[in-house]
Amino acid sequence: MITTQTAFRKALLDPAAPPPTGLNNPGGEQATKRFDVYRNNVAVSLTDALETAFPVVHKLVGDDFFRAMAGVYLRAHPPKSPLMMFYGDDMPDFLAGFAPAQSVPYLADVARLELAIRHSYHAADATPVAPDALGQLAPDSLPHVTFTFAPAVRLVTSQYPLHSIWAANTNGDTSSSEIAQTAQPALVTRPEFDPIVDPLTPAQSAVCTALCEGASLGEALRHGGAGFDIGPLLGILLGRHAIISLKT
Amino acid sequence: MFDATSPQLPHAPGVGYKAQHFNDIMADAGPVGWLEIHAENYMGMGGRPLAQLRHLSERFPFSVHGVGLSIGGEGPLDADHLARLKTLCDWLQPASFSEHLAWSSHDSAFLNDLLPLPYTAATVKRVADHIDQVQSTLGRQMLLENPSSYLAFAESDMSETDFLAEIVARTGCGLLLDVNNVFVSATNLGYSPQGYIDAYPLDHVGEIHLGGHDEDEDEHGAPLLIDSHGREVVDPVWALLDYTLAKSGPRPLLIEWDTDVPDWPVLAEETKRADAALAMVTA
Repeated sequence: MITTQTAFRKALLDPAAPPPTGLNNPGGEQATKRFDVYRNNVAVSLTDALETAFPVVHKLVGDDFFRAMAGVYLRAHPPKSPLMMFYGDDMPDFLAGFAPAQSVPYLADVARLELAIRHSYHAADATPVAPDALGQLAPDSLPHVTFTFAPAVRLVTSQYPLHSIWAANTNGDTSSSEIAQTAQPALVTRPEFDPIVDPLTPAQSAVCTALCEGASLGEALRHGGAGFDIGPLLGILLGRHAIISLKT
Repeated sequence: MFDATSPQLPHAPGVGYKAQHFNDIMADAGPVGWLEIHAENYMGMGGRPLAQLRHLSERFPFSVHGVGLSIGGEGPLDADHLARLKTLCDWLQPASFSEHLAWSSHDSAFLNDLLPLPYTAATVKRVADHIDQVQSTLGRQMLLENPSSYLAFAESDMSETDFLAEIVARTGCGLLLDVNNVFVSATNLGYSPQGYIDAYPLDHVGEIHLGGHDEDEDEHGAPLLIDSHGREVVDPVWALLDYTLAKSGPRPLLIEWDTDVPDWPVLAEETKRADAALAMVTA
């Protein structure tokens, strides 16, 4: 009687399946509850890993919903690598297509932001440019300057007020937090070790996206629309150590 | 095969390092002489985890303990993961690297648990081949840890201790003896934990693990202990440690506490008890 890992794995992830044959209690009869120890370890440890990765999604939907949803997710998307700190990369797409979650249409965007925060936390270290680095450049070269962003920088676009939804569910006290009524993309930076999430306007997000993709400052500004003021965005990027080199 | 003068873990208590204890350990580590990390938690590219490790490694020898290599897997080892382990070991230069006699990945899915193996000639060969690959890739000896068992394979035709001795003979690896796992497995499968220690190749032990377990029962009312690493080490496991150390002599002793991790003083008490157990066999 050979118990293959294929049979073991299949029964681990299917709670309705009988345990594989060839696994015994000390008395020699088929193990059932003892096999459930492994089933339980897998389901609980992966559910806990998802709860650690997506605390705001968890808070928004509640514990019962989250754990039931995680049970569906972990069976459809078991981890592909042993790096549990990055488990859940498929969660935004999963949530976007998960029928019971459709009443919370911004849930997938919240999950994308939480993933961005995790990846930012573990991203490579980098030395930022000086806060006055742009001021050192000749004024007529400014339109031609391009930026290299720190590996920890992530921009999460959204048609929902993503930043304020996230913030209202992160700091414990939701009563005083106003949810913005407009689209509000979120910029993730990591000045030292703890990622910081700042709200951007849709225009700032469009300009920032262009800069991230390598556009010059002059080209990127065209994405901001008429009357766009680059000052506040540059203030955030420089203040949060998001830029690690400039090229003219 | 491997350089016997390479750095070794001290015969002192160590703890499984948790980030929330960083300041406590830097301020007063008590009898703690070394630290162990789970390799997979330090495979990011930067940030706080690696910065903490950089600071701590100036003060303490390290043990890198893998929990995801799936050495007992039917399929080939994950080459990407093995490369990540090499990167970490080359950077940190730990005094020890260890992994488990278990499998955790199959058909590209990682199941996040240490799953059991039958003890047969076929699995001896598979595990030995994988350990050869690990040791030649990392350029160092590894230690192999005995599992906590909840059930038995009908196909097994050798004891766990004979299996481990055969792996050591074939690969030249060392052993990580988890005495809590011995106690859990012996209770669950109905054999004597002292008898297991008597049959175990103690000469090859490079490290001993101690941890807490939970108590349950199977469907027939037989005891079913679960290796949870979520509480204090129980008295019978301390007694089994004393029994082991009396035969093996002093070894590096690790306190593992991975779930419901307590504040540092609780963990520090456990390390003092480990230190006292070591003092009894250190003449």
